[in-house]
Amino acid sequence: MSNVPDDLFYTESHEWVRVEGDRARVGITDHAQAELTDVVYVELPKIGTQVEARGQIAVVESVKAASDIYAPLKGEVVEANEALSSNPALVNTDPFGEGWIFVLKMSAPDDVKQLKDAAAYRASIG
Amino acid sequence: MLVSDSDSKITPLYEEHRRAGAKIIPFGGWLMPVQYTSISDEHQAVRQAVGVFDISHMGQLVASGSGSAEWLNRMLTNNVARLEIGGGQYTFLLNETGGIIDDLIVYRTADTEFLLVVNASRTDEDVAWLEQHLPAGVQLENRSAERAGLAIQGPKIVELLKLMLGSDVALPARNQLRDFTFEGMLLSIARTGYTGEDGVEVFLAAKDAPAIWNAVLEKGKPLGLKPCGLGARDTLRLEMCYPLNGSDLTPEHNPIEAGLGFFVDLKKGDFIGRAVLQQAKDNGTASKLAAFVMKGKGPPPRPHYPVWVGGARVSEVSSGTLSPSLNQGIGMAYLPTASATIGSEIEIEIRGQKFPAVIEKKPLYKKS
Repeated sequence: MSNVPDDLFYTESHEWVRVEGDRARVGITDHAQAELTDVVYVELPKIGTQVEARGQIAVVESVKAASDIYAPLKGEVVEANEALSSNPALVNTDPFGEGWIFVLKMSAPDDVKQLKDAAAYRASIG
Repeated sequence: MLVSDSDSKITPLYEEHRRAGAKIIPFGGWLMPVQYTSISDEHQAVRQAVGVFDISHMGQLVASGSGSAEWLNRMLTNNVARLEIGGGQYTFLLNETGGIIDDLIVYRTADTEFLLVVNASRTDEDVAWLEQHLPAGVQLENRSAERAGLAIQGPKIVELLKLMLGSDVALPARNQLRDFTFEGMLLSIARTGYTGEDGVEVFLAAKDAPAIWNAVLEKGKPLGLKPCGLGARDTLRLEMCYPLNGSDLTPEHNPIEAGLGFFVDLKKGDFIGRAVLQQAKDNGTASKLAAFVMKGKGPPPRPHYPVWVGGARVSEVSSGTLSPSLNQGIGMAYLPTASATIGSEIEIEIRGQKFPAVIEKKPLYKKS
Protein backbone atom coordinates (compact mmCIF):
# COMPACT_ATOMS: atom_id res chain seq x y z
CA MET A 1 0.00 0.00 0.00
CA SER A 2 1.40 3.34 -1.04
CA ASN A 3 2.19 6.08 1.45
CA VAL A 4 -0.02 9.19 0.92
CA PRO A 5 0.86 11.87 3.54
CA ASP A 6 -2.15 13.87 4.75
CA ASP A 7 -0.41 17.27 4.71
CA LEU A 8 0.26 17.33 0.94
CA PHE A 9 -1.72 18.10 -2.22
CA TYR A 10 -1.73 15.84 -5.29
CA THR A 11 -2.26 15.86 -9.07
CA GLU A 12 -3.87 13.40 -11.47
CA SER A 13 -0.38 12.85 -12.93
CA HIS A 14 1.03 11.73 -9.54
CA GLU A 15 2.98 14.81 -8.47
CA TRP A 16 2.76 15.94 -4.84
CA VAL A 17 2.84 19.55 -3.61
CA ARG A 18 3.98 20.83 -0.21
CA VAL A 19 2.91 24.44 0.36
CA GLU A 20 5.67 26.51 1.99
CA GLY A 21 4.32 30.09 2.18
CA ASP A 22 4.06 31.37 -1.41
CA ARG A 23 6.18 28.47 -2.64
CA ALA A 24 5.30 24.93 -3.62
CA ARG A 25 7.77 22.06 -3.26
CA VAL A 26 7.06 19.31 -5.83
CA GLY A 27 7.98 15.67 -6.23
CA ILE A 28 6.39 12.44 -7.43
CA THR A 29 4.32 10.24 -5.15
CA ASP A 30 5.25 6.95 -3.55
CA HIS A 31 2.71 5.29 -5.86
CA ALA A 32 4.39 6.84 -8.93
CA GLN A 33 7.91 5.84 -7.89
CA ALA A 34 6.71 2.27 -7.23
CA GLU A 35 5.19 2.13 -10.71
CA LEU A 36 8.35 3.52 -12.34
CA THR A 37 10.89 1.63 -10.18
CA ASP A 38 14.65 2.12 -10.53
CA VAL A 39 14.83 5.85 -11.25
CA VAL A 40 18.18 6.30 -13.02
CA TYR A 41 18.04 9.90 -14.24
CA VAL A 42 16.15 13.08 -13.44
CA GLU A 43 16.20 16.00 -15.86
CA LEU A 44 15.73 19.01 -13.58
CA PRO A 45 14.03 22.24 -14.65
CA LYS A 46 16.16 25.37 -15.04
CA ILE A 47 15.89 28.01 -12.32
CA GLY A 48 13.83 30.93 -13.58
CA THR A 49 11.64 28.86 -15.90
CA GLN A 50 8.08 30.18 -16.04
CA VAL A 51 5.56 27.38 -16.27
CA GLU A 52 1.81 27.03 -16.62
CA ALA A 53 -0.17 24.53 -14.56
CA ARG A 54 0.07 21.09 -16.20
CA GLY A 55 3.04 22.26 -18.31
CA GLN A 56 5.79 19.68 -18.88
CA ILE A 57 8.71 20.76 -16.68
CA ALA A 58 11.00 17.80 -15.82
CA VAL A 59 11.69 14.20 -16.84
CA VAL A 60 12.14 11.16 -14.62
CA GLU A 61 13.75 8.17 -16.30
CA SER A 62 13.63 4.58 -15.13
CA VAL A 63 15.66 1.79 -16.76
CA LYS A 64 12.72 1.11 -19.05
CA ALA A 65 11.21 4.49 -19.94
CA ALA A 66 11.27 8.29 -19.72
CA SER A 67 8.26 9.89 -17.96
CA ASP A 68 7.30 13.55 -18.12
CA ILE A 69 6.74 15.49 -14.90
CA TYR A 70 4.19 18.32 -14.97
CA ALA A 71 3.98 21.53 -12.97
CA PRO A 72 1.01 21.20 -10.59
CA LEU A 73 0.57 25.00 -10.53
CA LYS A 74 1.47 28.12 -12.51
CA GLY A 75 4.69 29.74 -11.31
CA GLU A 76 8.44 30.23 -11.58
CA VAL A 77 11.03 27.55 -10.80
CA VAL A 78 13.14 28.88 -7.92
CA GLU A 79 14.93 25.72 -6.77
CA ALA A 80 15.84 22.35 -8.29
CA ASN A 81 17.10 19.37 -6.32
CA GLU A 82 20.71 19.05 -7.51
CA ALA A 83 21.19 16.02 -5.20
CA LEU A 84 19.18 14.02 -7.76
CA SER A 85 21.93 14.56 -10.37
CA SER A 86 24.29 12.30 -8.46
CA ASN A 87 21.66 10.19 -6.69
CA PRO A 88 18.43 9.90 -8.73
CA ALA A 89 17.38 6.88 -6.64
CA LEU A 90 16.37 9.32 -3.86
CA VAL A 91 13.09 9.56 -5.81
CA ASN A 92 12.55 5.87 -5.00
CA THR A 93 13.91 5.75 -1.46
CA ASP A 94 12.43 9.01 -0.09
CA PRO A 95 9.85 10.33 -2.57
CA PHE A 96 8.27 12.85 -0.15
CA GLY A 97 11.56 13.96 1.45
CA GLU A 98 15.07 13.96 -0.06
CA GLY A 99 13.55 12.95 -3.40
CA TRP A 100 11.77 16.30 -4.02
CA ILE A 101 12.37 17.59 -7.56
CA PHE A 102 11.80 21.36 -7.70
CA VAL A 103 10.25 24.37 -5.94
CA LEU A 104 7.84 26.79 -7.63
CA LYS A 105 7.10 30.36 -6.61
CA MET A 106 3.34 30.23 -7.13
CA SER A 107 1.70 32.89 -9.33
CA ALA A 108 -1.71 32.17 -7.79
CA PRO A 109 -1.42 30.36 -4.44
CA ASP A 110 -5.20 29.95 -4.30
CA ASP A 111 -5.00 27.45 -7.17
CA VAL A 112 -3.76 24.88 -4.64
CA LYS A 113 -7.44 24.40 -3.81
CA GLN A 114 -7.92 22.85 -7.26
CA LEU A 115 -5.52 20.01 -6.45
CA LYS A 116 -6.54 16.74 -4.83
CA ASP A 117 -6.21 16.31 -1.09
CA ALA A 118 -4.79 13.11 0.36
CA ALA A 119 -8.17 11.38 0.61
CA ALA A 120 -9.06 12.15 -3.01
CA TYR A 121 -5.65 11.02 -4.26
CA ARG A 122 -5.82 7.83 -2.19
CA ALA A 123 -9.20 7.08 -3.78
CA SER A 124 -7.86 7.74 -7.29
CA ILE A 125 -5.03 5.20 -6.98
CA GLY A 126 -7.35 2.61 -5.48
CA MET B 1 -1.87 -2.75 -16.23
CA LEU B 2 -2.78 -2.91 -19.90
CA VAL B 3 -4.80 -6.11 -19.75
CA SER B 4 -7.66 -4.57 -21.71
CA ASP B 5 -5.75 -5.23 -24.92
CA SER B 6 -7.95 -8.15 -25.91
CA ASP B 7 -6.10 -8.87 -29.16
CA SER B 8 -3.00 -9.92 -27.26
CA LYS B 9 -2.23 -13.55 -26.56
CA ILE B 10 -1.24 -14.91 -23.17
CA THR B 11 1.20 -17.67 -22.28
CA PRO B 12 0.35 -20.70 -20.08
CA LEU B 13 2.16 -18.84 -17.26
CA TYR B 14 0.05 -15.68 -17.38
CA GLU B 15 -1.79 -16.46 -14.13
CA GLU B 16 1.50 -17.26 -12.36
CA HIS B 17 2.84 -13.85 -13.43
CA ARG B 18 -0.25 -12.04 -12.17
CA ARG B 19 -0.13 -13.89 -8.87
CA ALA B 20 3.53 -12.90 -8.48
CA GLY B 21 2.57 -9.23 -8.91
CA ALA B 22 4.28 -8.76 -12.27
CA LYS B 23 3.72 -5.62 -14.29
CA ILE B 24 2.26 -6.84 -17.57
CA ILE B 25 2.81 -5.11 -20.93
CA PRO B 26 1.89 -5.91 -24.53
CA PHE B 27 4.94 -7.18 -26.44
CA GLY B 28 4.94 -8.53 -29.97
CA GLY B 29 1.24 -9.41 -29.76
CA TRP B 30 1.54 -10.98 -26.29
CA LEU B 31 0.82 -9.87 -22.74
CA MET B 32 4.13 -10.45 -20.99
CA PRO B 33 5.69 -9.59 -17.61
CA VAL B 34 8.08 -6.64 -17.95
CA GLN B 35 9.19 -6.89 -14.32
CA TYR B 36 8.19 -8.48 -11.01
CA THR B 37 10.04 -6.29 -8.49
CA SER B 38 12.64 -4.18 -10.27
CA ILE B 39 14.57 -4.48 -13.52
CA SER B 40 17.87 -3.80 -11.72
CA ASP B 41 17.25 -6.45 -9.04
CA GLU B 42 16.23 -9.03 -11.63
CA HIS B 43 19.24 -8.13 -13.79
CA GLN B 44 21.61 -8.60 -10.84
CA ALA B 45 19.97 -11.91 -9.88
CA VAL B 46 20.91 -13.26 -13.32
CA ARG B 47 24.46 -11.81 -13.23
CA GLN B 48 25.15 -13.08 -9.70
CA ALA B 49 22.82 -16.04 -8.98
CA VAL B 50 20.08 -17.27 -11.33
CA GLY B 51 16.82 -16.01 -12.82
CA VAL B 52 13.91 -17.56 -14.70
CA PHE B 53 12.11 -15.99 -17.68
CA ASP B 54 8.90 -17.06 -19.42
CA ILE B 55 9.77 -17.45 -23.11
CA SER B 56 6.58 -19.31 -24.03
CA HIS B 57 5.71 -16.52 -26.46
CA MET B 58 8.59 -17.62 -28.70
CA GLY B 59 7.59 -19.70 -31.69
CA GLN B 60 8.47 -23.41 -31.83
CA LEU B 61 8.40 -24.90 -35.32
CA VAL B 62 9.32 -28.43 -36.35
CA ALA B 63 10.62 -29.27 -39.81
CA SER B 64 10.90 -32.94 -40.72
CA GLY B 65 11.17 -35.30 -43.66
CA SER B 66 13.94 -36.77 -45.74
CA GLY B 67 14.80 -33.49 -47.48
CA SER B 68 14.53 -31.28 -44.37
CA ALA B 69 18.26 -30.67 -43.85
CA GLU B 70 18.86 -29.68 -47.48
CA TRP B 71 15.78 -27.45 -47.48
CA LEU B 72 16.74 -25.65 -44.25
CA ASN B 73 20.19 -25.06 -45.71
CA ARG B 74 18.55 -23.20 -48.59
CA MET B 75 16.34 -21.19 -46.20
CA LEU B 76 18.85 -20.35 -43.41
CA THR B 77 22.32 -18.75 -43.39
CA ASN B 78 24.20 -21.14 -41.09
CA ASN B 79 25.02 -24.73 -42.07
CA VAL B 80 22.67 -27.32 -40.54
CA ALA B 81 24.81 -30.10 -42.06
CA ARG B 82 27.29 -29.36 -39.28
CA LEU B 83 24.72 -30.25 -36.59
CA GLU B 84 24.88 -33.67 -34.94
CA ILE B 85 21.65 -34.91 -33.36
CA GLY B 86 21.13 -32.70 -30.28
CA GLY B 87 23.19 -29.85 -31.70
CA GLY B 88 21.94 -26.28 -32.14
CA GLN B 89 23.12 -23.16 -33.97
CA TYR B 90 22.19 -19.48 -34.23
CA THR B 91 21.10 -18.61 -37.76
CA PHE B 92 19.12 -16.15 -39.92
CA LEU B 93 16.08 -16.37 -42.15
CA LEU B 94 16.59 -13.85 -44.99
CA ASN B 95 14.52 -12.39 -47.78
CA GLU B 96 15.72 -12.35 -51.42
CA THR B 97 17.70 -9.14 -50.87
CA GLY B 98 19.53 -10.51 -47.83
CA GLY B 99 17.37 -8.54 -45.37
CA ILE B 100 16.66 -10.22 -42.06
CA ILE B 101 13.17 -11.72 -41.62
CA ASP B 102 14.13 -13.40 -38.34
CA ASP B 103 17.03 -14.64 -36.24
CA LEU B 104 16.55 -18.01 -34.59
CA ILE B 105 18.15 -21.12 -33.18
CA VAL B 106 17.78 -24.37 -35.09
CA TYR B 107 18.34 -27.71 -33.30
CA ARG B 108 18.66 -31.11 -34.97
CA THR B 109 16.39 -33.31 -32.84
CA ALA B 110 16.66 -36.42 -35.04
CA ASP B 111 18.40 -37.34 -38.28
CA THR B 112 15.69 -35.67 -40.38
CA GLU B 113 13.89 -33.55 -37.76
CA PHE B 114 14.67 -29.99 -36.67
CA LEU B 115 13.29 -27.63 -34.01
CA LEU B 116 13.29 -23.94 -34.90
CA VAL B 117 12.90 -21.49 -32.01
CA VAL B 118 11.86 -18.15 -33.48
CA ASN B 119 10.88 -14.67 -32.27
CA ALA B 120 7.32 -14.30 -30.99
CA SER B 121 6.45 -11.32 -33.17
CA ARG B 122 7.82 -13.03 -36.30
CA THR B 123 6.33 -16.50 -35.89
CA ASP B 124 3.41 -16.04 -38.31
CA GLU B 125 5.60 -14.30 -40.88
CA ASP B 126 8.27 -17.03 -40.61
CA VAL B 127 5.69 -19.80 -41.05
CA ALA B 128 4.19 -18.06 -44.08
CA TRP B 129 7.62 -17.58 -45.69
CA LEU B 130 8.73 -21.14 -44.95
CA GLU B 131 5.46 -22.67 -46.22
CA GLN B 132 5.74 -20.61 -49.38
CA HIS B 133 9.10 -22.30 -50.04
CA LEU B 134 8.20 -25.76 -48.74
CA PRO B 135 9.12 -28.59 -51.14
CA ALA B 136 7.46 -32.00 -51.39
CA GLY B 137 8.81 -34.43 -48.80
CA VAL B 138 9.31 -31.84 -46.04
CA GLN B 139 6.73 -31.15 -43.34
CA LEU B 140 6.55 -27.97 -41.31
CA GLU B 141 4.50 -27.88 -38.11
CA ASN B 142 3.84 -24.82 -35.97
CA ARG B 143 3.75 -26.25 -32.43
CA SER B 144 3.84 -22.84 -30.69
CA ALA B 145 0.32 -23.09 -29.24
CA GLU B 146 0.87 -26.42 -27.50
CA ARG B 147 4.43 -25.67 -26.32
CA ALA B 148 5.92 -23.45 -23.61
CA GLY B 149 9.45 -22.31 -22.82
CA LEU B 150 11.51 -21.10 -19.86
CA ALA B 151 14.94 -19.49 -19.92
CA ILE B 152 16.83 -20.19 -16.70
CA GLN B 153 20.01 -18.12 -16.67
CA GLY B 154 22.84 -17.32 -14.29
CA PRO B 155 26.01 -18.72 -12.71
CA LYS B 156 24.03 -20.97 -10.31
CA ILE B 157 22.24 -22.80 -13.14
CA VAL B 158 24.17 -26.06 -12.69
CA GLU B 159 23.50 -26.07 -8.96
CA LEU B 160 19.79 -25.50 -9.61
CA LEU B 161 19.48 -28.24 -12.22
CA LYS B 162 21.25 -30.69 -9.91
CA LEU B 163 18.67 -29.88 -7.23
CA MET B 164 15.89 -30.56 -9.73
CA LEU B 165 17.24 -33.45 -11.79
CA GLY B 166 19.68 -35.19 -9.41
CA SER B 167 23.30 -34.51 -8.51
CA ASP B 168 24.63 -36.94 -11.14
CA VAL B 169 22.76 -35.24 -14.00
CA ALA B 170 24.82 -34.83 -17.20
CA LEU B 171 23.86 -31.46 -18.60
CA PRO B 172 24.09 -30.68 -22.30
CA ALA B 173 27.18 -28.80 -23.52
CA ARG B 174 26.94 -25.26 -24.94
CA ASN B 175 24.35 -25.08 -27.78
CA GLN B 176 23.34 -28.72 -27.23
CA LEU B 177 19.79 -29.93 -26.56
CA ARG B 178 18.88 -33.02 -24.56
CA ASP B 179 15.67 -34.51 -23.15
CA PHE B 180 15.11 -35.01 -19.41
CA THR B 181 12.21 -36.16 -17.26
CA PHE B 182 11.12 -34.25 -14.16
CA GLU B 183 8.28 -35.75 -12.11
CA GLY B 184 6.93 -37.47 -15.20
CA MET B 185 7.12 -34.36 -17.40
CA LEU B 186 9.33 -34.26 -20.49
CA LEU B 187 11.74 -31.32 -20.66
CA SER B 188 13.94 -30.55 -23.66
CA ILE B 189 16.84 -28.60 -22.18
CA ALA B 190 19.22 -26.57 -24.34
CA ARG B 191 22.39 -24.90 -23.05
CA THR B 192 21.58 -21.59 -24.72
CA GLY B 193 20.48 -18.14 -23.68
CA TYR B 194 20.26 -14.42 -24.29
CA THR B 195 21.98 -13.02 -21.20
CA GLY B 196 25.72 -13.73 -21.49
CA GLU B 197 25.55 -16.00 -18.44
CA ASP B 198 25.69 -19.77 -18.31
CA GLY B 199 22.13 -21.00 -18.57
CA VAL B 200 19.52 -23.10 -20.29
CA GLU B 201 16.35 -22.78 -22.29
CA VAL B 202 13.74 -25.40 -21.47
CA PHE B 203 11.08 -26.39 -24.00
CA LEU B 204 8.06 -28.29 -22.70
CA ALA B 205 4.36 -29.00 -23.12
CA ALA B 206 2.21 -25.93 -22.41
CA LYS B 207 0.12 -27.91 -19.88
CA ASP B 208 3.23 -28.67 -17.79
CA ALA B 209 4.48 -25.07 -17.72
CA PRO B 210 2.90 -23.88 -14.42
CA ALA B 211 4.15 -26.95 -12.51
CA ILE B 212 7.70 -26.56 -13.85
CA TRP B 213 7.71 -22.78 -13.32
CA ASN B 214 6.70 -23.23 -9.68
CA ALA B 215 9.20 -26.05 -9.14
CA VAL B 216 11.99 -23.81 -10.50
CA LEU B 217 10.92 -20.96 -8.17
CA GLU B 218 10.82 -23.28 -5.17
CA LYS B 219 14.09 -25.15 -5.82
CA GLY B 220 15.83 -21.93 -6.80
CA LYS B 221 14.76 -19.90 -3.78
CA PRO B 222 17.73 -20.87 -1.56
CA LEU B 223 20.06 -20.00 -4.45
CA GLY B 224 18.66 -16.46 -4.78
CA LEU B 225 16.64 -17.19 -7.92
CA LYS B 226 14.20 -14.51 -9.05
CA PRO B 227 11.48 -14.55 -11.72
CA CYS B 228 12.62 -12.03 -14.34
CA GLY B 229 10.69 -10.01 -16.89
CA LEU B 230 11.31 -8.63 -20.35
CA GLY B 231 12.89 -5.50 -18.83
CA ALA B 232 15.85 -7.41 -17.40
CA ARG B 233 15.95 -9.62 -20.49
CA ASP B 234 16.55 -6.46 -22.54
CA THR B 235 19.24 -4.93 -20.29
CA LEU B 236 21.07 -8.29 -20.02
CA ARG B 237 21.11 -8.91 -23.76
CA LEU B 238 22.07 -5.33 -24.60
CA GLU B 239 25.10 -5.41 -22.27
CA MET B 240 26.20 -8.42 -24.36
CA CYS B 241 25.26 -6.62 -27.63
CA TYR B 242 22.97 -9.49 -28.60
CA PRO B 243 20.63 -8.04 -31.24
CA LEU B 244 16.87 -7.69 -30.78
CA ASN B 245 14.73 -8.55 -33.77
CA GLY B 246 12.64 -5.63 -34.94
CA SER B 247 15.06 -3.13 -33.37
CA ASP B 248 18.63 -4.11 -34.31
CA LEU B 249 17.65 -6.64 -36.98
CA THR B 250 15.20 -5.64 -39.69
CA PRO B 251 14.54 -6.47 -43.36
CA GLU B 252 16.48 -3.24 -44.19
CA HIS B 253 19.73 -4.75 -42.86
CA ASN B 254 21.65 -7.95 -43.49
CA PRO B 255 23.70 -10.07 -41.05
CA ILE B 256 27.03 -8.73 -42.40
CA GLU B 257 26.02 -5.14 -41.57
CA ALA B 258 24.90 -6.37 -38.16
CA GLY B 259 28.39 -7.79 -37.54
CA LEU B 260 27.02 -11.34 -37.39
CA GLY B 261 28.80 -12.85 -40.41
CA PHE B 262 30.02 -15.66 -38.16
CA PHE B 263 26.55 -17.19 -38.46
CA VAL B 264 26.56 -17.09 -42.26
CA ASP B 265 28.16 -19.94 -44.23
CA LEU B 266 28.85 -18.65 -47.73
CA LYS B 267 30.60 -21.90 -48.72
CA LYS B 268 27.77 -24.36 -48.04
CA GLY B 269 25.95 -23.82 -51.36
CA ASP B 270 23.15 -21.50 -52.35
CA PHE B 271 20.60 -20.08 -49.92
CA ILE B 272 18.07 -17.23 -50.08
CA GLY B 273 19.95 -13.94 -49.80
CA ARG B 274 23.38 -15.47 -50.42
CA ALA B 275 24.39 -13.30 -53.41
CA VAL B 276 23.81 -10.10 -51.46
CA LEU B 277 25.78 -11.38 -48.46
CA GLN B 278 28.71 -12.49 -50.67
CA GLN B 279 28.84 -9.00 -52.15
CA ALA B 280 28.59 -7.41 -48.68
CA LYS B 281 31.47 -9.57 -47.48
CA ASP B 282 33.65 -8.90 -50.56
CA ASN B 283 33.00 -5.17 -50.91
CA GLY B 284 32.14 -4.16 -47.37
CA THR B 285 28.91 -2.45 -46.35
CA ALA B 286 27.99 1.23 -46.16
CA SER B 287 26.85 0.86 -42.57
CA LYS B 288 27.67 -1.27 -39.54
CA LEU B 289 25.84 -1.98 -36.30
CA ALA B 290 28.07 -0.43 -33.62
CA ALA B 291 27.87 -0.51 -29.82
CA PHE B 292 28.34 2.71 -27.89
CA VAL B 293 28.73 3.87 -24.31
CA MET B 294 27.64 7.34 -23.17
CA LYS B 295 30.38 9.58 -21.74
CA GLY B 296 29.74 10.94 -18.26
CA LYS B 297 26.40 11.40 -16.57
CA GLY B 298 23.30 11.99 -18.64
CA PRO B 299 19.95 10.53 -19.57
CA PRO B 300 20.02 6.96 -20.89
CA PRO B 301 19.84 6.54 -24.68
CA ARG B 302 16.66 4.97 -26.02
CA PRO B 303 15.47 3.51 -29.35
CA HIS B 304 14.87 6.08 -32.13
CA TYR B 305 16.92 8.89 -30.56
CA PRO B 306 18.84 10.62 -33.40
CA VAL B 307 22.56 9.86 -33.80
CA TRP B 308 24.94 12.60 -34.96
CA VAL B 309 28.48 12.31 -36.32
CA GLY B 310 30.56 15.44 -37.02
CA GLY B 311 27.55 17.74 -37.17
CA ALA B 312 25.44 15.49 -39.41
CA ARG B 313 22.49 13.37 -38.39
CA VAL B 314 23.41 9.87 -39.61
CA SER B 315 20.90 7.44 -38.09
CA GLU B 316 19.02 6.61 -34.93
CA VAL B 317 19.58 4.44 -31.87
CA SER B 318 18.32 0.91 -32.52
CA SER B 319 18.62 -0.24 -28.89
CA GLY B 320 19.48 1.77 -25.79
CA THR B 321 19.19 1.61 -22.03
CA LEU B 322 20.98 2.25 -18.79
CA SER B 323 23.31 -0.68 -18.18
CA PRO B 324 22.70 -1.92 -14.62
CA SER B 325 26.14 -3.59 -14.56
CA LEU B 326 28.11 -0.58 -15.82
CA ASN B 327 25.73 2.06 -14.38
CA GLN B 328 26.15 3.90 -17.67
CA GLY B 329 24.01 4.56 -20.73
CA ILE B 330 24.69 2.05 -23.53
CA GLY B 331 23.22 1.27 -26.91
CA MET B 332 23.61 0.17 -30.50
CA ALA B 333 23.07 1.99 -33.80
CA TYR B 334 23.77 1.48 -37.48
CA LEU B 335 26.50 3.98 -38.41
CA PRO B 336 28.37 4.82 -41.61
CA THR B 337 31.19 2.23 -41.63
CA ALA B 338 33.91 4.89 -41.20
CA SER B 339 32.26 6.06 -37.97
CA ALA B 340 31.64 2.56 -36.64
CA THR B 341 35.24 1.99 -35.54
CA ILE B 342 36.26 1.44 -31.91
CA GLY B 343 37.00 4.78 -30.24
CA SER B 344 34.99 6.89 -32.69
CA GLU B 345 32.97 9.65 -31.07
CA ILE B 346 29.29 10.16 -31.81
CA GLU B 347 26.50 12.21 -30.28
CA ILE B 348 23.06 11.07 -29.21
CA GLU B 349 20.28 13.66 -29.36
CA ILE B 350 18.02 13.46 -26.32
CA ARG B 351 15.11 15.89 -26.07
CA GLY B 352 16.86 18.37 -28.35
CA GLN B 353 20.24 18.25 -26.61
CA LYS B 354 23.31 16.31 -27.83
CA PHE B 355 25.21 14.02 -25.48
CA PRO B 356 28.62 12.49 -26.35
CA ALA B 357 29.17 8.75 -26.67
CA VAL B 358 32.06 6.57 -27.83
CA ILE B 359 32.05 3.39 -29.93
CA GLU B 360 33.32 0.41 -27.95
CA LYS B 361 34.12 -3.21 -28.65
CA LYS B 362 31.28 -5.76 -28.29
CA PRO B 363 30.29 -7.08 -25.80
CA LEU B 364 30.04 -4.00 -23.58
CA TYR B 365 29.86 -6.16 -20.45
CA LYS B 366 32.75 -8.49 -19.72
CA LYS B 367 32.54 -10.91 -16.82
CA SER B 368 35.21 -10.12 -14.22
